[in-house]
Amino acid sequence: MELVKKVFWETKAAKIQALAILAAFVFMMFIPSFSGAYPPLFLAWVMTYCTLSISWTFFSGKTGYISLATAAFYGLGMYLQAVIGREFPLGVTILLAALLAFGVGFGIGLITLRLRGIYFTIFTFGLALFLNRFFHWYEGVFTRTKGRFVKTFDNDMVFYAVLIVFIVTLVAILLMNKSRFGLSLTCIGQNEDSAQHIGVNTTLTKVLAFAISAAPAGAVGAAMISTVGYVDPDLAFRMLASFFPVLMAIFGGMFSTYGPIVGAVIFYVLQDYLLRTTNLYMVIFGTVMVVVVLVLPKGIFGLIDSMIAKKQRGYSGEVIGDV
Amino acid sequence: MSSFENILVGNGITKRFGGMTAVSNVSFDLRKGEILGLIGPNGAGKTTLFNCVSGFLKADEGTFTFEGKVINRFNPDKICHLGLGRTFQAAKNFPDMSMRENVRMGALFGQRDMTYAEAERLTDETIAFVGLEKYAGVAVPDMPLAMQKRIEVARALATKPKVIMLDEMMAGLNPAEVSEAMDLVRKVRDSGITVLMIEHVMKAIMSICDRIIVLHHGELIAEGPPQEIANNPHVIEVYLGGEV
Repeated sequence: MELVKKVFWETKAAKIQALAILAAFVFMMFIPSFSGAYPPLFLAWVMTYCTLSISWTFFSGKTGYISLATAAFYGLGMYLQAVIGREFPLGVTILLAALLAFGVGFGIGLITLRLRGIYFTIFTFGLALFLNRFFHWYEGVFTRTKGRFVKTFDNDMVFYAVLIVFIVTLVAILLMNKSRFGLSLTCIGQNEDSAQHIGVNTTLTKVLAFAISAAPAGAVGAAMISTVGYVDPDLAFRMLASFFPVLMAIFGGMFSTYGPIVGAVIFYVLQDYLLRTTNLYMVIFGTVMVVVVLVLPKGIFGLIDSMIAKKQRGYSGEVIGDV
Repeated sequence: MSSFENILVGNGITKRFGGMTAVSNVSFDLRKGEILGLIGPNGAGKTTLFNCVSGFLKADEGTFTFEGKVINRFNPDKICHLGLGRTFQAAKNFPDMSMRENVRMGALFGQRDMTYAEAERLTDETIAFVGLEKYAGVAVPDMPLAMQKRIEVARALATKPKVIMLDEMMAGLNPAEVSEAMDLVRKVRDSGITVLMIEHVMKAIMSICDRIIVLHHGELIAEGPPQEIANNPHVIEVYLGGEV
Protein backbone atom coordinates (compact mmCIF):
# COMPACT_ATOMS: atom_id res chain seq x y z
CA MET A 1 0.00 0.00 0.00
CA GLU A 2 2.82 2.35 0.89
CA LEU A 3 4.30 1.49 -2.48
CA VAL A 4 1.10 2.20 -4.40
CA LYS A 5 0.95 5.59 -2.73
CA LYS A 6 4.56 6.32 -3.62
CA VAL A 7 4.21 5.39 -7.29
CA PHE A 8 0.74 6.72 -8.01
CA TRP A 9 -0.06 9.37 -5.42
CA GLU A 10 2.69 11.10 -3.45
CA THR A 11 4.15 13.52 -5.99
CA LYS A 12 2.57 15.51 -8.76
CA ALA A 13 4.32 13.39 -11.38
CA ALA A 14 3.00 10.24 -9.70
CA LYS A 15 -0.56 11.56 -9.83
CA ILE A 16 -0.19 12.51 -13.49
CA GLN A 17 1.15 9.05 -14.21
CA ALA A 18 -1.78 7.36 -12.44
CA LEU A 19 -4.32 9.57 -14.21
CA ALA A 20 -2.71 9.04 -17.60
CA ILE A 21 -2.74 5.25 -17.24
CA LEU A 22 -6.33 5.29 -16.02
CA ALA A 23 -7.44 7.63 -18.81
CA ALA A 24 -5.67 5.54 -21.46
CA PHE A 25 -7.25 2.39 -20.06
CA VAL A 26 -10.78 3.84 -20.02
CA PHE A 27 -10.37 5.32 -23.49
CA MET A 28 -9.10 2.01 -24.87
CA MET A 29 -12.05 0.20 -23.32
CA PHE A 30 -14.38 2.20 -25.56
CA ILE A 31 -12.42 1.88 -28.79
CA PRO A 32 -14.18 -1.26 -30.09
CA SER A 33 -17.57 0.43 -29.66
CA PHE A 34 -16.89 3.16 -32.21
CA SER A 35 -14.07 1.80 -34.36
CA GLY A 36 -14.37 -0.69 -37.15
CA ALA A 37 -13.26 -4.30 -36.93
CA TYR A 38 -9.59 -3.74 -37.72
CA PRO A 39 -8.39 -1.17 -35.14
CA PRO A 40 -8.91 -3.42 -32.10
CA LEU A 41 -6.86 -6.20 -33.70
CA PHE A 42 -4.19 -3.73 -34.76
CA LEU A 43 -4.05 -2.26 -31.25
CA ALA A 44 -3.97 -5.72 -29.70
CA TRP A 45 -0.81 -6.45 -31.67
CA VAL A 46 0.68 -3.11 -30.67
CA MET A 47 -0.04 -3.83 -27.01
CA THR A 48 1.34 -7.35 -27.38
CA TYR A 49 4.66 -5.95 -28.52
CA CYS A 50 4.53 -3.31 -25.78
CA THR A 51 3.98 -6.06 -23.20
CA LEU A 52 6.82 -8.22 -24.55
CA SER A 53 9.09 -5.20 -24.64
CA ILE A 54 8.43 -3.81 -21.15
CA SER A 55 8.62 -7.22 -19.51
CA TRP A 56 11.90 -7.96 -21.31
CA THR A 57 13.26 -4.59 -20.18
CA PHE A 58 12.20 -5.22 -16.60
CA PHE A 59 14.68 -8.07 -16.33
CA SER A 60 17.30 -7.58 -19.03
CA GLY A 61 17.34 -3.79 -19.07
CA LYS A 62 17.91 -3.62 -15.35
CA THR A 63 20.29 -6.49 -14.79
CA GLY A 64 22.21 -6.42 -18.06
CA TYR A 65 21.57 -10.12 -18.56
CA ILE A 66 20.38 -10.07 -22.17
CA SER A 67 17.68 -12.71 -22.52
CA LEU A 68 16.70 -14.08 -25.91
CA ALA A 69 14.13 -16.44 -24.43
CA THR A 70 11.07 -14.26 -25.13
CA ALA A 71 10.09 -16.44 -28.09
CA ALA A 72 10.16 -19.52 -25.87
CA PHE A 73 7.68 -18.12 -23.33
CA TYR A 74 5.55 -16.43 -25.99
CA GLY A 75 5.35 -19.72 -27.92
CA LEU A 76 4.57 -21.79 -24.85
CA GLY A 77 1.60 -19.52 -24.23
CA MET A 78 0.43 -20.10 -27.79
CA TYR A 79 0.70 -23.85 -27.50
CA LEU A 80 -1.08 -23.90 -24.17
CA GLN A 81 -3.97 -22.04 -25.78
CA ALA A 82 -3.98 -24.56 -28.64
CA VAL A 83 -4.08 -27.52 -26.26
CA ILE A 84 -6.48 -26.40 -23.52
CA GLY A 85 -8.17 -23.37 -25.13
CA ARG A 86 -11.35 -25.30 -25.94
CA GLU A 87 -11.94 -26.36 -22.36
CA PHE A 88 -11.49 -23.05 -20.58
CA PRO A 89 -12.61 -19.45 -21.00
CA LEU A 90 -9.97 -17.16 -22.55
CA GLY A 91 -9.21 -15.45 -19.26
CA VAL A 92 -8.39 -18.71 -17.51
CA THR A 93 -6.13 -19.92 -20.32
CA ILE A 94 -4.28 -16.62 -20.29
CA LEU A 95 -3.76 -16.89 -16.56
CA LEU A 96 -2.55 -20.48 -16.88
CA ALA A 97 -0.22 -19.47 -19.73
CA ALA A 98 1.28 -16.79 -17.51
CA LEU A 99 1.77 -19.35 -14.75
CA LEU A 100 3.33 -21.85 -17.16
CA ALA A 101 5.76 -19.22 -18.46
CA PHE A 102 6.55 -18.19 -14.90
CA GLY A 103 7.25 -21.81 -13.90
CA VAL A 104 9.41 -22.55 -16.92
CA GLY A 105 11.17 -19.22 -16.46
CA PHE A 106 11.88 -20.06 -12.84
CA GLY A 107 13.32 -23.46 -13.75
CA ILE A 108 15.43 -22.06 -16.58
CA GLY A 109 16.55 -19.26 -14.30
CA LEU A 110 17.74 -21.70 -11.67
CA ILE A 111 19.86 -23.52 -14.23
CA THR A 112 21.19 -20.57 -16.19
CA LEU A 113 21.52 -17.58 -13.96
CA ARG A 114 24.81 -18.83 -12.65
CA LEU A 115 26.00 -18.05 -16.14
CA ARG A 116 27.13 -14.53 -16.72
CA GLY A 117 27.23 -12.30 -19.76
CA ILE A 118 27.15 -13.79 -23.22
CA TYR A 119 26.76 -17.38 -21.98
CA PHE A 120 23.40 -16.58 -20.50
CA THR A 121 22.33 -14.97 -23.77
CA ILE A 122 23.42 -17.98 -25.80
CA PHE A 123 21.59 -20.38 -23.51
CA THR A 124 18.34 -18.43 -23.69
CA PHE A 125 18.72 -18.19 -27.47
CA GLY A 126 19.09 -21.97 -27.53
CA LEU A 127 15.99 -22.44 -25.41
CA ALA A 128 13.63 -21.13 -28.11
CA LEU A 129 15.45 -23.16 -30.77
CA PHE A 130 15.24 -26.24 -28.58
CA LEU A 131 11.49 -25.83 -28.00
CA ASN A 132 10.98 -25.36 -31.73
CA ARG A 133 12.80 -28.64 -32.46
CA PHE A 134 11.17 -30.39 -29.53
CA PHE A 135 7.64 -29.58 -30.72
CA HIS A 136 8.54 -30.61 -34.26
CA TRP A 137 9.78 -33.91 -32.93
CA TYR A 138 6.79 -34.41 -30.65
CA GLU A 139 4.30 -33.65 -33.39
CA GLY A 140 6.18 -35.76 -35.89
CA VAL A 141 6.42 -38.79 -33.63
CA PHE A 142 3.34 -38.69 -31.41
CA THR A 143 0.52 -36.59 -32.82
CA ARG A 144 1.61 -37.04 -36.47
CA THR A 145 0.45 -33.56 -37.35
CA LYS A 146 2.06 -30.34 -38.33
CA GLY A 147 0.66 -27.68 -36.07
CA ARG A 148 -2.72 -27.47 -34.43
CA PHE A 149 -5.90 -25.54 -34.85
CA VAL A 150 -6.61 -23.04 -32.14
CA LYS A 151 -10.04 -22.01 -30.95
CA THR A 152 -10.63 -18.49 -32.21
CA PHE A 153 -12.15 -15.75 -30.18
CA ASP A 154 -13.76 -12.53 -31.24
CA ASN A 155 -11.16 -9.81 -32.00
CA ASP A 156 -12.78 -7.42 -29.55
CA MET A 157 -12.55 -9.97 -26.78
CA VAL A 158 -8.88 -10.62 -27.48
CA PHE A 159 -8.35 -6.87 -27.55
CA TYR A 160 -9.85 -6.52 -24.07
CA ALA A 161 -7.81 -9.47 -22.80
CA VAL A 162 -4.53 -8.07 -24.14
CA LEU A 163 -5.43 -4.61 -22.86
CA ILE A 164 -5.87 -6.01 -19.36
CA VAL A 165 -2.65 -8.05 -19.56
CA PHE A 166 -0.77 -4.98 -20.77
CA ILE A 167 -2.14 -2.64 -18.09
CA VAL A 168 -1.57 -5.20 -15.32
CA THR A 169 1.99 -5.77 -16.54
CA LEU A 170 2.67 -2.05 -16.78
CA VAL A 171 1.29 -1.25 -13.33
CA ALA A 172 3.10 -4.23 -11.79
CA ILE A 173 6.40 -3.15 -13.34
CA LEU A 174 5.96 0.47 -12.27
CA LEU A 175 5.33 -0.73 -8.73
CA MET A 176 8.19 -3.24 -8.75
CA ASN A 177 10.59 -0.63 -10.11
CA LYS A 178 10.20 1.41 -6.95
CA SER A 179 10.11 -1.58 -4.64
CA ARG A 180 12.98 -3.14 -2.79
CA PHE A 181 12.90 -5.95 -5.33
CA GLY A 182 13.28 -3.59 -8.30
CA LEU A 183 16.05 -1.66 -6.56
CA SER A 184 17.94 -4.87 -5.84
CA LEU A 185 17.70 -5.75 -9.55
CA THR A 186 19.14 -2.35 -10.43
CA CYS A 187 21.97 -2.94 -7.95
CA ILE A 188 22.71 -6.28 -9.62
CA GLY A 189 22.88 -4.59 -13.00
CA GLN A 190 25.14 -1.87 -11.67
CA ASN A 191 27.55 -4.17 -9.88
CA GLU A 192 26.58 -7.68 -8.99
CA ASP A 193 29.46 -8.29 -6.55
CA SER A 194 28.69 -5.16 -4.60
CA ALA A 195 24.99 -5.98 -4.55
CA GLN A 196 25.72 -9.35 -3.05
CA HIS A 197 28.00 -7.90 -0.41
CA ILE A 198 25.44 -5.40 0.83
CA GLY A 199 22.98 -8.19 1.49
CA VAL A 200 21.11 -8.75 -1.78
CA ASN A 201 20.32 -12.41 -2.40
CA THR A 202 21.37 -12.10 -6.02
CA THR A 203 20.52 -15.61 -7.21
CA LEU A 204 16.98 -15.58 -5.85
CA THR A 205 16.39 -12.04 -7.08
CA LYS A 206 17.58 -12.82 -10.59
CA VAL A 207 15.65 -16.08 -10.90
CA LEU A 208 12.46 -14.54 -9.58
CA ALA A 209 12.75 -11.50 -11.84
CA PHE A 210 13.44 -13.66 -14.88
CA ALA A 211 10.36 -15.77 -14.12
CA ILE A 212 8.23 -12.67 -13.56
CA SER A 213 9.37 -11.17 -16.85
CA ALA A 214 8.45 -14.44 -18.62
CA ALA A 215 4.85 -14.51 -17.41
CA PRO A 216 3.41 -11.65 -19.54
CA ALA A 217 4.98 -13.15 -22.67
CA GLY A 218 3.11 -16.41 -22.03
CA ALA A 219 -0.10 -14.49 -21.41
CA VAL A 220 -0.05 -12.44 -24.61
CA GLY A 221 1.01 -15.52 -26.59
CA ALA A 222 -2.08 -17.36 -25.41
CA ALA A 223 -4.30 -14.38 -26.23
CA MET A 224 -2.96 -13.48 -29.65
CA ILE A 225 -2.79 -16.93 -31.15
CA SER A 226 -6.55 -17.16 -30.84
CA THR A 227 -6.85 -14.43 -33.47
CA VAL A 228 -4.75 -16.52 -35.84
CA GLY A 229 -6.58 -19.83 -35.39
CA TYR A 230 -3.59 -22.02 -36.04
CA VAL A 231 -0.21 -22.66 -34.49
CA ASP A 232 2.83 -24.70 -35.43
CA PRO A 233 6.33 -24.85 -33.95
CA ASP A 234 7.81 -22.45 -36.51
CA LEU A 235 5.12 -19.90 -35.87
CA ALA A 236 5.22 -20.22 -32.08
CA PHE A 237 8.98 -20.38 -31.55
CA ARG A 238 10.34 -18.01 -34.17
CA MET A 239 13.52 -16.29 -33.17
CA LEU A 240 12.31 -12.90 -34.38
CA ALA A 241 9.98 -12.81 -31.39
CA SER A 242 13.06 -12.92 -29.17
CA PHE A 243 14.82 -10.14 -31.03
CA PHE A 244 11.88 -7.77 -31.41
CA PRO A 245 11.58 -6.85 -27.71
CA VAL A 246 15.31 -6.17 -27.57
CA LEU A 247 15.25 -3.99 -30.67
CA MET A 248 12.14 -2.15 -29.49
CA ALA A 249 13.70 -1.46 -26.12
CA ILE A 250 16.90 -0.14 -27.71
CA PHE A 251 14.83 1.84 -30.20
CA GLY A 252 12.66 3.47 -27.55
CA GLY A 253 15.20 3.72 -24.75
CA MET A 254 15.78 1.18 -22.03
CA PHE A 255 16.32 3.23 -18.91
CA SER A 256 12.66 4.11 -18.49
CA THR A 257 9.56 1.92 -18.47
CA TYR A 258 7.95 4.13 -21.10
CA GLY A 259 10.90 3.93 -23.51
CA PRO A 260 10.14 0.37 -24.64
CA ILE A 261 6.46 1.31 -25.06
CA VAL A 262 7.35 4.24 -27.31
CA GLY A 263 9.76 1.93 -29.15
CA ALA A 264 7.21 -0.84 -29.56
CA VAL A 265 4.48 1.49 -30.85
CA ILE A 266 6.70 3.17 -33.44
CA PHE A 267 8.29 -0.15 -34.33
CA TYR A 268 4.98 -1.92 -34.92
CA VAL A 269 3.32 0.96 -36.77
CA LEU A 270 6.40 1.31 -38.99
CA GLN A 271 6.50 -2.41 -39.61
CA ASP A 272 2.80 -2.54 -40.43
CA TYR A 273 3.07 0.40 -42.82
CA LEU A 274 6.22 -0.81 -44.56
CA LEU A 275 4.91 -4.34 -44.96
CA ARG A 276 1.75 -3.06 -46.60
CA THR A 277 3.41 -0.55 -48.91
CA THR A 278 6.83 -1.79 -49.97
CA ASN A 279 9.00 -4.82 -50.44
CA LEU A 280 11.89 -3.03 -48.86
CA TYR A 281 10.66 -3.51 -45.29
CA MET A 282 13.82 -5.13 -43.94
CA VAL A 283 16.12 -2.69 -45.75
CA ILE A 284 14.36 0.43 -44.51
CA PHE A 285 13.86 -1.00 -41.08
CA GLY A 286 17.49 -2.00 -40.72
CA THR A 287 18.62 1.46 -41.78
CA VAL A 288 16.35 3.16 -39.26
CA MET A 289 17.63 0.83 -36.55
CA VAL A 290 21.29 1.56 -37.32
CA VAL A 291 20.65 5.30 -37.35
CA VAL A 292 18.85 5.14 -34.01
CA VAL A 293 21.62 3.16 -32.35
CA LEU A 294 24.31 5.50 -33.73
CA VAL A 295 22.60 8.82 -33.14
CA LEU A 296 20.43 8.10 -30.12
CA PRO A 297 22.19 5.67 -27.81
CA LYS A 298 19.48 6.19 -25.23
CA GLY A 299 16.68 5.69 -27.72
CA ILE A 300 13.87 7.97 -28.73
CA PHE A 301 12.55 8.30 -25.21
CA GLY A 302 16.04 9.17 -24.02
CA LEU A 303 16.12 12.08 -26.48
CA ILE A 304 12.77 13.41 -25.26
CA ASP A 305 13.79 12.96 -21.65
CA SER A 306 17.12 14.72 -21.95
CA MET A 307 15.42 17.61 -23.77
CA ILE A 308 13.00 17.98 -20.87
CA ALA A 309 15.82 17.60 -18.36
CA LYS A 310 17.86 20.28 -20.11
CA LYS A 311 14.98 22.69 -19.88
CA GLN A 312 14.24 21.92 -16.24
CA ARG A 313 17.63 21.46 -14.69
CA GLY A 314 19.89 23.27 -17.09
CA TYR A 315 21.86 20.14 -17.90
CA SER A 316 21.11 16.80 -19.45
CA GLY A 317 21.96 13.60 -17.74
CA GLU A 318 19.89 11.68 -15.31
CA VAL A 319 20.54 9.79 -12.15
CA ILE A 320 18.56 6.62 -11.77
CA GLY A 321 17.11 5.41 -8.55
CA ASP A 322 15.54 8.32 -6.79
CA VAL A 323 14.05 10.21 -9.70
CA MET B 1 33.49 -22.30 20.88
CA SER B 2 35.51 -19.15 20.48
CA SER B 3 36.63 -17.04 23.35
CA PHE B 4 34.51 -14.09 24.33
CA GLU B 5 36.52 -11.33 22.74
CA ASN B 6 37.39 -13.05 19.46
CA ILE B 7 34.68 -11.83 17.13
CA LEU B 8 36.09 -13.59 14.05
CA VAL B 9 38.33 -16.64 14.06
CA GLY B 10 39.88 -18.31 11.02
CA ASN B 11 41.09 -21.82 11.60
CA GLY B 12 43.33 -23.69 9.12
CA ILE B 13 42.02 -21.87 6.05
CA THR B 14 43.21 -23.25 2.72
CA LYS B 15 42.13 -22.08 -0.71
CA ARG B 16 43.43 -23.56 -3.95
CA PHE B 17 42.94 -22.40 -7.51
CA GLY B 18 43.65 -25.47 -9.59
CA GLY B 19 47.18 -26.47 -8.65
CA MET B 20 48.01 -23.14 -7.04
CA THR B 21 47.51 -22.81 -3.32
CA ALA B 22 46.59 -19.17 -2.76
CA VAL B 23 46.00 -19.45 0.97
CA SER B 24 47.56 -22.27 2.91
CA ASN B 25 46.52 -23.37 6.39
CA VAL B 26 46.07 -19.85 7.76
CA SER B 27 44.72 -19.35 11.25
CA PHE B 28 44.05 -15.96 12.80
CA ASP B 29 41.76 -14.29 15.24
CA LEU B 30 40.18 -10.87 15.21
CA ARG B 31 39.56 -9.36 18.63
CA LYS B 32 36.54 -7.26 19.28
CA GLY B 33 37.23 -3.53 18.96
CA GLU B 34 40.69 -3.73 17.43
CA ILE B 35 42.19 -2.72 14.10
CA LEU B 36 43.95 -5.72 12.64
CA GLY B 37 46.24 -5.15 9.66
CA LEU B 38 46.77 -7.82 7.02
CA ILE B 39 49.93 -7.26 5.01
CA GLY B 40 52.10 -9.16 2.59
CA PRO B 41 53.70 -8.77 -0.83
CA ASN B 42 51.56 -8.79 -3.99
CA GLY B 43 50.12 -12.23 -4.61
CA ALA B 44 50.47 -13.28 -0.97
CA GLY B 45 46.80 -14.25 -0.80
CA LYS B 46 45.43 -11.34 1.20
CA THR B 47 42.47 -10.58 -1.02
CA THR B 48 41.77 -14.30 -1.45
CA LEU B 49 41.57 -14.63 2.31
CA PHE B 50 39.19 -11.66 2.39
CA ASN B 51 37.07 -13.21 -0.31
CA CYS B 52 36.85 -16.42 1.66
CA VAL B 53 35.71 -14.60 4.79
CA SER B 54 33.05 -12.58 2.96
CA GLY B 55 31.69 -15.68 1.23
CA PHE B 56 32.68 -14.47 -2.23
CA LEU B 57 34.87 -17.57 -2.47
CA LYS B 58 34.46 -20.77 -0.50
CA ALA B 59 37.52 -21.96 1.42
CA ASP B 60 38.56 -25.53 0.53
CA GLU B 61 39.59 -26.34 4.07
CA GLY B 62 39.26 -24.79 7.49
CA THR B 63 36.52 -22.86 9.22
CA PHE B 64 35.61 -19.25 9.87
CA THR B 65 33.78 -18.63 13.11
CA PHE B 66 31.96 -15.33 13.46
CA GLU B 67 30.58 -14.66 16.93
CA GLY B 68 30.66 -18.36 17.69
CA LYS B 69 28.90 -19.31 14.45
CA VAL B 70 30.59 -21.20 11.62
CA ILE B 71 30.03 -19.16 8.46
CA ASN B 72 32.05 -21.04 5.82
CA ARG B 73 29.16 -22.16 3.64
CA PHE B 74 27.16 -18.95 3.74
CA ASN B 75 26.73 -16.70 0.72
CA PRO B 76 27.90 -13.07 0.88
CA ASP B 77 24.39 -11.69 1.43
CA LYS B 78 23.88 -13.87 4.48
CA ILE B 79 27.32 -13.01 5.83
CA CYS B 80 26.52 -9.34 5.34
CA HIS B 81 23.28 -9.76 7.29
CA LEU B 82 25.22 -11.40 10.13
CA GLY B 83 27.26 -8.23 10.47
CA LEU B 84 30.37 -8.60 8.34
CA GLY B 85 30.84 -5.76 5.85
CA ARG B 86 33.59 -5.35 3.27
CA THR B 87 34.96 -3.07 0.57
CA PHE B 88 36.75 -4.03 -2.63
CA GLN B 89 40.27 -3.24 -3.73
CA ALA B 90 39.03 -1.55 -6.91
CA ALA B 91 35.96 0.40 -5.81
CA LYS B 92 32.82 -1.40 -6.95
CA ASN B 93 30.25 1.35 -6.74
CA PHE B 94 26.96 1.55 -8.60
CA PRO B 95 28.07 3.93 -11.37
CA ASP B 96 24.67 5.20 -12.53
CA MET B 97 23.40 5.99 -9.06
CA SER B 98 24.06 9.14 -7.11
CA MET B 99 26.44 9.00 -4.16
CA ARG B 100 23.49 9.07 -1.79
CA GLU B 101 21.70 6.25 -3.61
CA ASN B 102 24.86 4.17 -3.38
CA VAL B 103 24.87 4.51 0.37
CA ARG B 104 21.09 4.10 0.63
CA MET B 105 21.29 0.70 -1.08
CA GLY B 106 23.58 -0.48 1.69
CA ALA B 107 21.17 0.81 4.33
CA LEU B 108 18.15 -0.70 2.59
CA PHE B 109 19.51 -4.19 1.98
CA GLY B 110 22.13 -4.55 4.68
CA GLN B 111 19.74 -5.53 7.44
CA ARG B 112 16.58 -7.55 7.40
CA ASP B 113 13.27 -5.78 8.09
CA MET B 114 14.65 -2.34 7.25
CA THR B 115 11.93 0.23 6.64
CA TYR B 116 12.32 2.93 3.99
CA ALA B 117 12.14 5.72 6.55
CA GLU B 118 14.76 4.07 8.75
CA ALA B 119 16.99 3.51 5.71
CA GLU B 120 16.77 7.20 4.79
CA ARG B 121 17.79 8.19 8.30
CA LEU B 122 20.65 5.70 8.36
CA THR B 123 21.82 6.92 4.95
CA ASP B 124 22.09 10.54 6.07
CA GLU B 125 23.74 9.51 9.29
CA THR B 126 26.34 7.39 7.48
CA ILE B 127 27.09 10.06 4.88
CA ALA B 128 27.67 12.58 7.64
CA PHE B 129 29.83 10.08 9.51
CA VAL B 130 32.24 9.56 6.60
CA GLY B 131 32.06 13.23 5.59
CA LEU B 132 30.68 12.95 2.07
CA GLU B 133 27.84 15.49 2.41
CA LYS B 134 29.18 17.92 -0.15
CA TYR B 135 29.29 15.24 -2.86
CA ALA B 136 25.57 14.43 -2.69
CA GLY B 137 24.83 15.67 -6.20
CA VAL B 138 27.99 14.59 -8.02
CA ALA B 139 27.95 11.59 -10.37
CA VAL B 140 29.98 8.82 -8.78
CA PRO B 141 32.38 8.12 -11.70
CA ASP B 142 33.37 11.82 -11.70
CA MET B 143 34.45 11.80 -8.07
CA PRO B 144 38.10 11.60 -6.98
CA LEU B 145 39.40 8.09 -6.24
CA ALA B 146 39.64 8.78 -2.52
CA MET B 147 35.98 9.76 -2.44
CA GLN B 148 34.93 6.73 -4.51
CA LYS B 149 36.66 4.50 -1.99
CA ARG B 150 34.94 6.40 0.76
CA ILE B 151 31.56 5.67 -0.82
CA GLU B 152 32.45 1.99 -0.64
CA VAL B 153 33.19 2.36 3.04
CA ALA B 154 29.98 4.31 3.57
CA ARG B 155 27.91 1.66 1.78
CA ALA B 156 29.47 -1.06 3.88
CA LEU B 157 28.95 0.97 7.06
CA ALA B 158 25.31 1.54 6.15
CA THR B 159 24.75 -2.21 6.42
CA LYS B 160 25.51 -1.74 10.15
CA PRO B 161 28.35 -4.25 10.38
CA LYS B 162 30.04 -5.43 13.54
CA VAL B 163 33.21 -6.10 11.58
CA ILE B 164 34.32 -4.17 8.51
CA MET B 165 36.97 -5.49 6.15
CA LEU B 166 38.77 -2.81 4.15
CA ASP B 167 40.70 -3.97 1.09
CA GLU B 168 43.45 -1.46 0.25
CA MET B 169 41.42 1.56 1.01
CA MET B 170 44.48 3.83 0.82
CA ALA B 171 46.11 2.54 -2.36
CA GLY B 172 46.51 5.33 -4.91
CA LEU B 173 45.71 8.15 -2.51
CA ASN B 174 47.93 11.17 -1.97
CA PRO B 175 49.47 11.76 1.48
CA ALA B 176 46.75 14.17 2.60
CA GLU B 177 44.05 11.72 1.55
CA VAL B 178 45.87 8.87 3.29
CA SER B 179 45.87 10.74 6.55
CA GLU B 180 42.14 11.51 6.15
CA ALA B 181 41.50 7.84 5.46
CA MET B 182 43.46 6.93 8.58
CA ASP B 183 41.31 9.27 10.62
CA LEU B 184 38.22 7.64 9.17
CA VAL B 185 39.43 4.13 10.07
CA ARG B 186 40.09 5.25 13.64
CA LYS B 187 36.68 6.89 13.78
CA VAL B 188 35.06 3.66 12.57
CA ARG B 189 36.86 1.68 15.24
CA ASP B 190 35.91 4.22 17.91
CA SER B 191 32.27 3.85 16.93
CA GLY B 192 32.51 0.24 18.05
CA ILE B 193 33.17 -1.56 14.77
CA THR B 194 36.06 -4.01 14.59
CA VAL B 195 38.34 -3.41 11.60
CA LEU B 196 40.30 -5.88 9.49
CA MET B 197 42.29 -4.10 6.80
CA ILE B 198 44.59 -5.01 3.96
CA GLU B 199 47.04 -2.22 3.32
CA HIS B 200 50.28 -1.50 1.54
CA VAL B 201 50.78 2.00 2.87
CA MET B 202 53.24 1.25 5.67
CA LYS B 203 52.91 4.57 7.43
CA ALA B 204 49.20 3.98 7.81
CA ILE B 205 49.40 0.37 8.83
CA MET B 206 52.12 0.95 11.40
CA SER B 207 50.39 3.87 13.08
CA ILE B 208 46.77 2.76 13.24
CA CYS B 209 46.83 -1.01 13.64
CA ASP B 210 46.70 -2.63 17.05
CA ARG B 211 48.07 -5.85 15.60
CA ILE B 212 49.33 -7.02 12.23
CA ILE B 213 49.35 -10.41 10.54
CA VAL B 214 51.66 -11.09 7.61
CA LEU B 215 50.99 -13.41 4.69
CA HIS B 216 53.64 -14.64 2.29
CA HIS B 217 52.96 -17.13 -0.50
CA GLY B 218 49.64 -17.90 1.16
CA GLU B 219 51.18 -18.72 4.52
CA LEU B 220 50.95 -16.81 7.74
CA ILE B 221 54.52 -15.92 8.66
CA ALA B 222 54.14 -13.46 11.50
CA GLU B 223 51.66 -11.98 13.90
CA GLY B 224 52.03 -9.27 16.50
CA PRO B 225 52.00 -5.57 17.34
CA PRO B 226 53.31 -3.17 14.65
CA GLN B 227 56.71 -2.55 16.27
CA GLU B 228 57.39 -6.26 16.56
CA ILE B 229 56.38 -6.85 12.93
CA ALA B 230 58.54 -3.95 11.74
CA ASN B 231 61.56 -5.51 13.46
CA ASN B 232 60.80 -9.12 12.56
CA PRO B 233 63.76 -10.26 10.39
CA HIS B 234 61.64 -12.72 8.41
CA VAL B 235 59.07 -10.06 7.56
CA ILE B 236 61.77 -7.58 6.58
CA GLU B 237 63.31 -10.17 4.33
CA VAL B 238 60.17 -11.22 2.42
CA TYR B 239 58.13 -8.08 2.52
CA LEU B 240 60.29 -5.06 2.90
CA GLY B 241 63.09 -6.61 0.88
CA GLY B 242 65.66 -5.84 3.55
CA GLU B 243 65.67 -2.14 2.72
CA VAL B 244 64.49 -0.90 6.08
